[in-house]
Amino acid sequence: MGESLHCTMCGKPATVHLTQIIGNQVQKLDLCDACAHQKGVTDPQGFSLNDLLTKHLAADLGPALEPVDEEGLICESCGCDVGQMRESGRLGCSHCYERFKPLVKSILKRIHGKTVHCGKVAHKSLGNSSFSKSLKDLEASLHSAIEEERYEDAARYRDEIEDLKTQTAELSS
Amino acid sequence: MTSFDDFIASKSSLIDEDRGAIPVVLSTRIRLARNMSDYPFPGWAKKSQRRDILTSCQGAIQDLPQMKHSSIFNVDELSALEQQVLVERHLISRELCEGAEGAGVVISRDQSCSIMINEEDHMRIQVLSNGFNFKRVWKQIDTMDSAIENQLNYAFSEDLGYLTACPTNVGTGMRASVMLHLPGLVLSGQMEKVVRAVNQLGMAVRGLFGEGSDATGSVFQISNQQTLGQSEEEILKRLSSVLSAIIEQEENARQRLLESESVKLLDKIGRAYGVLQNSHFLSSSEAMNLLSLIRLAIDLTMLPEDRRTTVDRLFLESQPGHVQLVAHKSMESETRDTLRASLLREQFQSFPPLKFSALDRSKS
Repeated sequence: MGESLHCTMCGKPATVHLTQIIGNQVQKLDLCDACAHQKGVTDPQGFSLNDLLTKHLAADLGPALEPVDEEGLICESCGCDVGQMRESGRLGCSHCYERFKPLVKSILKRIHGKTVHCGKVAHKSLGNSSFSKSLKDLEASLHSAIEEERYEDAARYRDEIEDLKTQTAELSS
Repeated sequence: MTSFDDFIASKSSLIDEDRGAIPVVLSTRIRLARNMSDYPFPGWAKKSQRRDILTSCQGAIQDLPQMKHSSIFNVDELSALEQQVLVERHLISRELCEGAEGAGVVISRDQSCSIMINEEDHMRIQVLSNGFNFKRVWKQIDTMDSAIENQLNYAFSEDLGYLTACPTNVGTGMRASVMLHLPGLVLSGQMEKVVRAVNQLGMAVRGLFGEGSDATGSVFQISNQQTLGQSEEEILKRLSSVLSAIIEQEENARQRLLESESVKLLDKIGRAYGVLQNSHFLSSSEAMNLLSLIRLAIDLTMLPEDRRTTVDRLFLESQPGHVQLVAHKSMESETRDTLRASLLREQFQSFPPLKFSALDRSKS
C-alpha cells in the first residue's frame, strides 16, 4: 500500500487493479480507465476471477457417481449399519471404511473428487506388510545400482535396507 | 488436571507476543484429525471406551517433549465460562463442550498447540501461530504427529490415508486455515464475490468462530475443503496462492477506497476511535467492528505499528467470555457491555492521536 500504481499498458495512473489466478499462478494487473475499457474490463469495482476460475475448475471435476446398493450391510467390528452411517454422515469405526468400501468410495469421490490418498504415511501403523513391500523395492534398486556400477547409490540402498530390517525386527519383538 | 487460573495467568504466544502482528493476516492454524485403530470413533464409542480413549491419548501426549508443562483439562470439570474462554481462544471447539464422557484437551505451555480428545475424532491436533506461517506450523505439527504415532496405533489405510469419523476429513486429515482481516473488501462491498470465487476453488470461507459464525470485525477464516488425493504440501501450496490473491485484492480495495472515498473512510476511522475512547456501552460485535477500523488505521500508518498487537489482543478481550473472566463471574449481557466499554475506554486513553496527515503523504 502507499505508493500509487501506474497502468501496465500505458503508464498513466491506474484506477483498476486486477488480480488473476490461473492454475496456481497469481498475476497482478494495474490499468487506467481507458486501457481497462479497451481490454474489456468494464466493471472497475469487480474482477474477473469467477470466469477464470470456472474454466480452471471444469478440468478438475471427475466423472459422475455410480449408484451403489448396499442397504442392510453391518460393520461386525462396531455394529454400525449403512442406514446409520447415511443418517449421521459419520462412520462408526475405522473398519467401516473396509466394510462399506464401494459406498464410501463413491461418497469420497463426491466430496474430494479423488479416492486415493497421497500425502503423509503413518509407516508404523501401516504395519509390516508395507515394510516388506518397500524392502523388495529397495532390494531391486540395490541390484540395479550394482549392475550399473553406481556404488554410492548402492551403499545408500544397503544402509536403508539395514535400517528397515532393524525397524521391522523392533516392531515384531 | 491443571488449575484454570494458573493457565490463564500464564503467557500465551498468540496474545502476549509483541512480534508477528502483520497487516491483513491475523493468524495461521493447522489441525490434524487422528484416530486409533483399536477403538470406535468417539460418536459411536461406549462411555467406558471413551474413558479409555482419553487415558490412552493423554498418556501418549504427556510424554512428548513439545508438551512439557502442558495444561490438561477434562471438559466436564470446567465451568461454562471457562469453556467459553477456551473456545474464544480457539483452543477447543464448541463441539467438544457438547461431548459427553471423556472429552478433554491438552494445551501446550505457550498455548500454541492444543490437542482435543474425544471430539469428532479421537484426537484433533492443532497448532496456531501469529501471521502467515504455513511452513513453520506444518513442520511443528508434523513432528508432533509423528511422535504421537510412535506411541499409539493410528487408524491408517494405504489407500485412503488417515481414517476419520467423517469422510470429509479422510486422507491427510488436515485442515489448514488462515484468519484474514478484510475491511477493504467488506467496505467496498466485494466480499460476496470473493467468497464465491474462493468456494469455487474448493476452499471454505467462514467467520471468526468457524461454521455458522458471522463476519463481525471483517475477520474471515479461509481453509481447505479437500483432504484426499493431495499431499499436505500441495494443499498448503494451493491454499497459499489463493490467500496471496485475496491479500492482493484486499490491498487493491484499500487503495481504491483511498482514491475514491477517502473522506468516508477517514470519517469511519475517526468515529471508531472516538467511540472506543468515550463509549459507555458496547456490544462485542460493535467493539469488533470498531477495533477492525483501528487495525486498518494502523495498516494505513495513521497509528504506530506496535499497536497492532494491542488491537489483536483487544479483539480477544472483547469477547463475552473474556470480559466475564476479568470480572471473575458470569454476567448478564447488559452488564458485560458496560464493562467492555470501560475496559476499552481505559485502553484507548493511552492511544496516540490519529495521524490523518499520514494519508496525504501516501497519496502524493
